[in-house]
Amino acid sequence: MSTLVFLEHHGSGIQKASLGVLSKAASLDADTSAVIIGSGVSGLAADAARYGAARVFIADDASLEAPLPQTRVDVIADLVKANGFANVLFGASVLASDIAGALSARLEAGLNWDLTGLAVEGGALVGQRSALGDTVLVDVAWTAEPRLGLVRSGSFEPTEISGAGAVEPVGVALQEFSGKAKMVERAHAEQTGPSIEEADTLVAGGRGVGSPEAFSELEALASALGGAVASTRAVVDSGWYPYQTQVGQTGKTVAPKLYIACGISGAIQHKVGMQSSQVIVSINKDPNAAIFDFSDLAVVGDLHEVVPKLTALVAERKG
Amino acid sequence: MKIAVCVKEVPDPGPLRRIDPATRRIDRSGDRSLNTYDLNAIEEALRLNEAGGGGEVILVSMGPERALESLRKGLAMGAARAVLISDEAAAGSDLVATSLVLAEAIKRESPDLVLFGQQAGDSDGAVLWAAVADRLQLPVVSQVSELSIDGGKVTAKRQTEFGYDTIEAPLPAVLAVSDALNEPRYPSLKGIMGAKKKPQDVLSLSDLGVSADRAGEAGSRTAVSALSPPPSRGDTQKIEDDGSAAQKVLEYLIERKLV
Repeated sequence: MSTLVFLEHHGSGIQKASLGVLSKAASLDADTSAVIIGSGVSGLAADAARYGAARVFIADDASLEAPLPQTRVDVIADLVKANGFANVLFGASVLASDIAGALSARLEAGLNWDLTGLAVEGGALVGQRSALGDTVLVDVAWTAEPRLGLVRSGSFEPTEISGAGAVEPVGVALQEFSGKAKMVERAHAEQTGPSIEEADTLVAGGRGVGSPEAFSELEALASALGGAVASTRAVVDSGWYPYQTQVGQTGKTVAPKLYIACGISGAIQHKVGMQSSQVIVSINKDPNAAIFDFSDLAVVGDLHEVVPKLTALVAERKG
Repeated sequence: MKIAVCVKEVPDPGPLRRIDPATRRIDRSGDRSLNTYDLNAIEEALRLNEAGGGGEVILVSMGPERALESLRKGLAMGAARAVLISDEAAAGSDLVATSLVLAEAIKRESPDLVLFGQQAGDSDGAVLWAAVADRLQLPVVSQVSELSIDGGKVTAKRQTEFGYDTIEAPLPAVLAVSDALNEPRYPSLKGIMGAKKKPQDVLSLSDLGVSADRAGEAGSRTAVSALSPPPSRGDTQKIEDDGSAAQKVLEYLIERKLV
């Protein structure tokens, strides 16, 4: 067996989700390689080695500067054809999903998405995903190689497993149609602290927070805990908080170590986005809020009382 | 413009959805409707043609023949006609097989633009457009929340984890639109009455020149091997705030080494 993991980078770092997939893959298959695709990305190879890559393929070319999927499909398809990888794995993202989907057609290769578990059975990769709003766990398999998999963000924590990390530059031969889509502008959202996919702790606010201004209480708690603020669809639709913080069906799926839900009723659309969190603490005035059904610790109370007090206590403890 | 909109009939969302343990496929009996996210794609196609000098909006779908009933909602909204690929041999198609069949159906139409909704409400899949675009060898942009078309070129704004991208691509192109793009219209009574009479072609795999071994389970490369209930979270510890809740939460977090 041999495995290739696509490492997505943003700015000067590799995404945590990609590194989580890489170290998980390396723990299952010693012959795991990584591929980094972009312009001026050679410096990222050391990280790939640290998280278990035996080989690190680097496709470094000006034509790969913009993070668009189709050029990356060309690079990965050629790599798979040349090296015969049995498995090609991705940490899910907008970019990775588009690459994996296209690669499935290009290589006539099966793709399983939303994976939360990976294992090797009888010498072949198998996966586990949840389906139907996380009401059922599904064991999924592939009937042929290569096996393509998109892993749900937050499923695997990056762990350092030293790999040989032999760097191999990759030639870039693009299909004519792959370069037709052009990035004309990238406007990056101002962000302080970690993004909601990267944070170990999320303090999430729903309509029960009451006003956009009151989100500052959540921001203070997130900052004290070293985490980030997340939100619900209702909050985003009301214009209270930016879309990139939205958790749930049309937003992101997160699985932090700690999820503190403040004033969130627990609609199914939100639940599917956060119920894989390791510990869920919820604060709600309504003793019958649905969110309490899937919380580890349920606090019936006014978040405007509890959150500032908790912030002060955490800050005091951290000194 | 000639715009193809790829749509899908899905089981109505809700707690009754289940996976059939015998076939390990989603149980599609019971009430069904057009995938909600596809309505945004249909709406955008109609608006583009209303604003830009007319054209034809064609619904393209794969599924059992009864799916025509769901497709009629799109026809009632204003799409001109529907093309449904319906074939016993296509049942159980995964991404590899579905993208092949849809791409072949789209090729017959040579549209200027191919639109998808942002995800399938039943399988939560959000990858089909990329596979179809690769088979058609056309540029693709996903998660589009704003778009304009001018001089044979589409300019699309979309959201990623990191902010907003603006991407340009020449037509023909494949776009997957976000549900933030528009508010789908309700069909008018006249639209509903007229929908049944609009052309609805049902095609078989052989009509498309796709051999049966490339569709359905034979043409698929993934399989479901077992189903199980998700692990229980365990009991919920409940506290009522009497002024000491914050302290109790802190202790709870300390115990679990989360602070």
